Amino acid sequence: MPDDQSGLLLRISENDNVYVLLQSLSAGTRLQLGEKIVVIEVSLGLGHKIAARKIVSGEKIVKYGAPIGSATRDIRMGEHVHVHNIKSDYIPTYTLDSKTV
Amino acid sequence: MSAKTEFTGFLRQDGRKGIRNTILVVYLVECAHHVSREIVYPFRKQGVHLIGFSGCYPNQYAFDMMSRLCCHPNTGGVLLVSLGCESFDRRGLAQHVRESGRPVETLVIQERGGTLPTIGQGQQWLEETIFELEETTPRVTMSVDELVVGAICGGSDATSGITANPAIGRCFDLLVENEASAIFEEGGELIGCEQIMAERAVTPELAHEILGTMEKTARYYTTMGHGSFAVGNADGGLTTVEEKSMGAYAKSGSSPIRGLIKPGDVPPAGGLYLLDIVPDGGARFGFPNINDTAEIAELIACGAHLTLFSTGRGSVVGSAISPVVKVCANPETFRRMAGDMDVDAGRILEGQATLNDVGQEIFEQVLSVAGGAPTKSESLGHQEFVLTYKTFEPIGPACLPV
Repeated sequence: MPDDQSGLLLRISENDNVYVLLQSLSAGTRLQLGEKIVVIEVSLGLGHKIAARKIVSGEKIVKYGAPIGSATRDIRMGEHVHVHNIKSDYIPTYTLDSKTV
Repeated sequence: MSAKTEFTGFLRQDGRKGIRNTILVVYLVECAHHVSREIVYPFRKQGVHLIGFSGCYPNQYAFDMMSRLCCHPNTGGVLLVSLGCESFDRRGLAQHVRESGRPVETLVIQERGGTLPTIGQGQQWLEETIFELEETTPRVTMSVDELVVGAICGGSDATSGITANPAIGRCFDLLVENEASAIFEEGGELIGCEQIMAERAVTPELAHEILGTMEKTARYYTTMGHGSFAVGNADGGLTTVEEKSMGAYAKSGSSPIRGLIKPGDVPPAGGLYLLDIVPDGGARFGFPNINDTAEIAELIACGAHLTLFSTGRGSVVGSAISPVVKVCANPETFRRMAGDMDVDAGRILEGQATLNDVGQEIFEQVLSVAGGAPTKSESLGHQEFVLTYKTFEPIGPACLPV
């Protein structure tokens, strides 16, 4: 697997601007991303994504080397990337708390 | 190759070969469901499966699906159960099955004296037919190039696209190398992959057809106002339909796409095929497929002898007619639900296996299940089945280039 950071993070394609978590992380976990140390703010399950770098609002989110949606606001490096800060470029995502993003 | 690529199958009169010798009890309207279920119950562990169509109004797609399923190579005999006043063309279906050389009987509940007499007569027919099939179905050598294998994902999470789906993709590559037919299904779950998929088509005309079908898909789901995306997908770390698509797409492996088929079209030769499950003619009857089971039934109608099912969140379903091999993407899910899973692809995440290892393991499982070994869902008695209303136009000539 490319860019496996000590078995915790996976960058699937080198163009991706997100990492996939290979393990669940509890809030407060400190991670080294390149030169920077980031703190995980909320507990995150296996398979969730964090930003590999700063992403600005409107920018494409890239995973598998392909766009999987657009940022709806600025996202800090290391921040959870999910339904609260990105949206589909095709069909809105439905969630149980009725937030369509 | 370490796996044995030949096994024993069941020869049908049309020359096709099955890996199971199943008897189907088919209710032709919901009103005949209970009677059919009661007929099957004592025989449910003896290779008798219950399928049916709930609607009272006629639908050509449902009739064609039933015709395909009742003459599927895994199907040895068929008992049709009708209430009597529904619109389903029971005579046409019975004739179709009879012409295929399979034993077939029709019980019309209104003519047989109601619930109890129909159950009794159905069970008597089953007793005789189970014995007859066991005695008379020719056993033949079957090899991997005669297999049709489907792939689907259900209960996906963010691990599906990293472990189980690409491992199924490796298995698909091995199947195609061995000249088997491999079918991956296209629903809303390939939205966003249209360009890369079209580039893999064996002809430009087929590429054009694939792009057309993906446009239809995006239009259809936009009308529905809901992508192929369940709440659990987001809990599992997936955020958008196109992210889910990229993961789902990995199931197709890396072979060229040899054809675009629709439910009921049987691949004419070995190779990789894309199954278009989205109805033609606009949104009429609701969601293209209301759940994973409806999609599995369509793969089976295309001749799938077995289906590879990738799951991250942990689906437990199996299927009537054709066995389902459950490939679990998420190591945490596997540990929680090991009794339901055939393959632990989550080992890839934990560094205990490579994609190629798991791809090879799935390939070996395919051969072992084809040779008669029961899958977990088969052993547990899972025989889910769903068939709904849909409309399809026949595929055009560009969809199956020679």
